[in-house]
Amino acid sequence: MSTIEERVKKIVAEQLGVKEEEVTSDASFVEDLGADSLDTVELVMALEEEFETEIPDEEAEKITTVKLAIAYIEANQ
Amino acid sequence: MSIEGKVALVTGATRGIGKAIALELGRQGVVVVGTATSAGGAETITANLAEAGVPGKGMVLDVASAESVEAVLEQVQAEFGAVTILVNNAGITRDNILMRMKDDEWDSVLNTNLTSIYRVAKGCLRGMTKARWGRIINVSSVVASMGNAGQSNYAAAKAGIEGFSRALAREVASRNITVNSVAPGFIDTDMTSGLADEHKDKLKAQIPLNRLGKPEEIAAVVGFLASEAGGYVTGETIQVNGGMYMG
Repeated sequence: MSTIEERVKKIVAEQLGVKEEEVTSDASFVEDLGADSLDTVELVMALEEEFETEIPDEEAEKITTVKLAIAYIEANQ
Repeated sequence: MSIEGKVALVTGATRGIGKAIALELGRQGVVVVGTATSAGGAETITANLAEAGVPGKGMVLDVASAESVEAVLEQVQAEFGAVTILVNNAGITRDNILMRMKDDEWDSVLNTNLTSIYRVAKGCLRGMTKARWGRIINVSSVVASMGNAGQSNYAAAKAGIEGFSRALAREVASRNITVNSVAPGFIDTDMTSGLADEHKDKLKAQIPLNRLGKPEEIAAVVGFLASEAGGYVTGETIQVNGGMYMG
């Protein structure tokens, strides 16, 4: 069973079309991984599906880095 | 390539232009969910689709209600799958000269004709972005470009639809979703049948083709925009009005 961190990083890599090694914990989706605003919305959709949760828009807007995504999922599991 | 098997939502599909659009999409092999404001209307749509051998059904939807939009989209998703062809056709008129216009005449026309499009489109975009394919076709009116005395509310809403379509077209183009408007002129439907003959004759005099349009002539253009053949058209408003207004 993969850890939450591994699963999040895998989804980020898939959704943003980047290599998994580029997806470091500190990476920002927009600044480091080249995501545009639609990409970030789709990324949140993919995280919702993977972790079978609903992320409210006001929370989703705050999830801007890999670390913040992992922290959100861990706190809401 | 064809759009066979895709799922379409057509609002205001009981009669007139919406009915013709539902049947045209059905002819192209699309599963069609048509919406009406009443249970009787939804039954009529189900019967019309069945008669034409089109898969799909009628459902009750109040486009002015966010809850109703959410419920219908969930139901469509569960029964048929994600909507990837959305035709926003439902519309009303509450004509009055501005100096006599009531707030509710203004609000209801803006809410039903314009805000509804925001609601329904937003609800469908998730499925379209996931599919990396989508068509949003908004039914506007020649009145958006020409204006018409007594229809400041309707003209504002319809012009709003066209601006909305251009902005959204830019937002979602990278996901292979096109957003367009079709602007009918005077079409022979219940919305225009109430006009006095004298008024109709005056209207015809302004139309180079000298007749009212048929709902099927609007549906054909919507059908083109929905098809794969229409895939390179986005952010556009196509005028279908017998020449009464030429962009």
